[in-house]
Amino acid sequence: MAKAGDKIGGSGNKGLKRKAATEERQEAAVAEDGTTESGVQPSKAAAFPPGFSVSEIKNKQRRHLMFTRWKQQQRKEKLAAKKKLKKEREALGDKAPPKPIPKTIDNQRVYDETTVDPNDEEVAYDEATDEFASYFNRQTSPKILITTSDRPHGRTVRLCEQLSTVIPNSHVYYRRGLALKKIIPQCISRDFTDLIVINEDRKIPNGLILSHLPNGPTAHFKMSSVRLRKEIKRRGKEPTEHIPEIILNNFTTRLGHSVGRMFASLFPHNPQFTGRQVATFHNQRDYIFFRFHRYIFKSEKKVGIQELGPRFTLKLRSLQKGTFDSKYGEYEWVHKVCAYSKKSHLENFKRME
Amino acid sequence: MAAAAARWNHVWVGTDTGILKGVNLQRKQAANFTPSGQPRREEAVSALCWGAGGETQILVGCADGTVKHFSTEEGRFQGQRHCPGGEGMFRGLAQVDGSTLITCVDSGILRVWHDNDKEASSDPLLELRVGPGVCRMRQDPARPHLVATGGKENALKVWDLQGSEEPVFRAKNVRNDWLDLRVPIWDQDIQFLPESQKLVTCTGYHQVRVYDPASPQRRPVLEATYGEYPLTAMTLTPGGNSVIVGNTHGQLAEIDLRQGRLLVCLKGLAGSVRGLQCHPSKPLLASCGLDRVLRVHRIRNPRGLDHKVYLKSQLNCLLLSGRDNWEDEPQEPQEPNKVPSEDTETDELWASLEAAAKRKLPDVEQSQGALQTRQRKKKRPGSTSS
Repeated sequence: MAKAGDKIGGSGNKGLKRKAATEERQEAAVAEDGTTESGVQPSKAAAFPPGFSVSEIKNKQRRHLMFTRWKQQQRKEKLAAKKKLKKEREALGDKAPPKPIPKTIDNQRVYDETTVDPNDEEVAYDEATDEFASYFNRQTSPKILITTSDRPHGRTVRLCEQLSTVIPNSHVYYRRGLALKKIIPQCISRDFTDLIVINEDRKIPNGLILSHLPNGPTAHFKMSSVRLRKEIKRRGKEPTEHIPEIILNNFTTRLGHSVGRMFASLFPHNPQFTGRQVATFHNQRDYIFFRFHRYIFKSEKKVGIQELGPRFTLKLRSLQKGTFDSKYGEYEWVHKVCAYSKKSHLENFKRME
Repeated sequence: MAAAAARWNHVWVGTDTGILKGVNLQRKQAANFTPSGQPRREEAVSALCWGAGGETQILVGCADGTVKHFSTEEGRFQGQRHCPGGEGMFRGLAQVDGSTLITCVDSGILRVWHDNDKEASSDPLLELRVGPGVCRMRQDPARPHLVATGGKENALKVWDLQGSEEPVFRAKNVRNDWLDLRVPIWDQDIQFLPESQKLVTCTGYHQVRVYDPASPQRRPVLEATYGEYPLTAMTLTPGGNSVIVGNTHGQLAEIDLRQGRLLVCLKGLAGSVRGLQCHPSKPLLASCGLDRVLRVHRIRNPRGLDHKVYLKSQLNCLLLSGRDNWEDEPQEPQEPNKVPSEDTETDELWASLEAAAKRKLPDVEQSQGALQTRQRKKKRPGSTSS
């Protein structure tokens, strides 16, 4: 007690507000012998200087104490407010105002101005005459070259092999340290229409470069969540040689259209429905999920699906006009990292900030 | 209606699909103009320049070798001129004295044509071979008979069209670098600095260089670098001391030419910058690029994006109207019967109030807003006020 008194005297001489507060708390703690309680708060709160927060207490035990006390009080207040609101609502009965709708990501969608309107003539003309026109006019059929970055490890090699079974008319070649700019003219002369390069880092594939060949755009993706066939649970047997169908979901903006068309031009036009295989590119908030399934219709409305084939997730990093030339090429779209903006580019989706 | 509104467009943009777009930032409208009514990729616009008579005519250089005349007063294409010769797209278009046309193509053929609408095509008045791989041909706005050309492995040359066949100024490459290797040349854009003989170029190797033909040295007087990607477009700022450059990643930067250092970066563009132009007096910058969006930034107090317009095709080049009465647009009368009387009323009002509005810059918008509301109330004396 004497010690407490001395300390108070000391703080009185110095006149520091915080010390005065701590002394008062010390007093309270000493008086209560450290028992936790919750009812004394209002009188103590009034004594704290303004702008004081629980985090300024240096003593961890006391700080924890104060925090738990504050938290319990907050919970009490919240519960009391809820009960009161409920009572008011019941009292009003029919005249009660409607319940407020909780905010969800779906609710906050803002219309993106670059969304493609199906009736838009200008965009239709643009698409009818762009680099993929020859594919969509059935003049060329796809022939794909799949390769990796130099010296690939086992996972990447197996992914390439599995991809070549998924994409018809594709060939895997080992990259013998050759420069892409030298590979591309050779591919063009041998009538390849697309080039896929799977980039590898630390023994796992982490990037995908998809280049449409004669002079088409080059898309650079970041690849994540790669699962090879043996890692997929409850999978079906090996995919057959049938040409799969393709599903492209949610590629609604102009940029999304370009990327969607790039994916579509990888596969031949005539899917063989007897094979019952389907490759899906599902875009959700700028992440493109690739899955390969075999389906069977059990009845008119019920389908059973078996996942075959590899699965991975892609995120577009840049779309470059022209074949691969990362240094001097012109970019149609580049992903610019902006920490606070949550705008999506491939899909008509924008959260209100 | 579209024709009448066309003259008030602030920005004219040429696209890859052959459409000329006129954008009115005040009314936030964009209009498409095509010579044949349908977009055609063979008519992709590669060069735009103002024609004769102030800003009433635009010369549109298309990929098929024709230069089309577009009248902003009438809002339609008036005629075209076939300018054959050389291969590649137009890299520069300029007009001299209202009747002479200068064109330069990719392969280096620079021709001066007599711009006569009646004759479909005639021989050029003058032809110069500038060297292959031309990226830009620019005319000096102060001395219209001087043009500068530059390109990939094609050093900067200044030609006098009235003089000899040899260039007036031929730039020399910088010294070999620290590994004693030749520094490659790739001049992507050229600008003439006002009130001096100097020229500024921006290169594909991310350098900005200033040349001075008046000085004895043919090498650049100042060199600054920005970024790691090729600089594709450049424009001068109203002060005349700095340039704004854009590169293939959509990064815009203002570089001071007195010291050669970077002042500001502007953000927003996602694709390669194809066209840049600053307003001659206001701190506004219009930029267009491969991401299909036209942006107008404000470069001084406060810096930021003013307008953003999504135009659905890839944009190749733009022309910014240099007129001063940006916001002072006579309003379109709502009742067509009262058109003549109301126009005179509005013109008188604007004339008397313009002087007052121009005194203080920050108050301009507020006062004009107030003026416009006062305007509207005056216009409809009969109707009940809202």
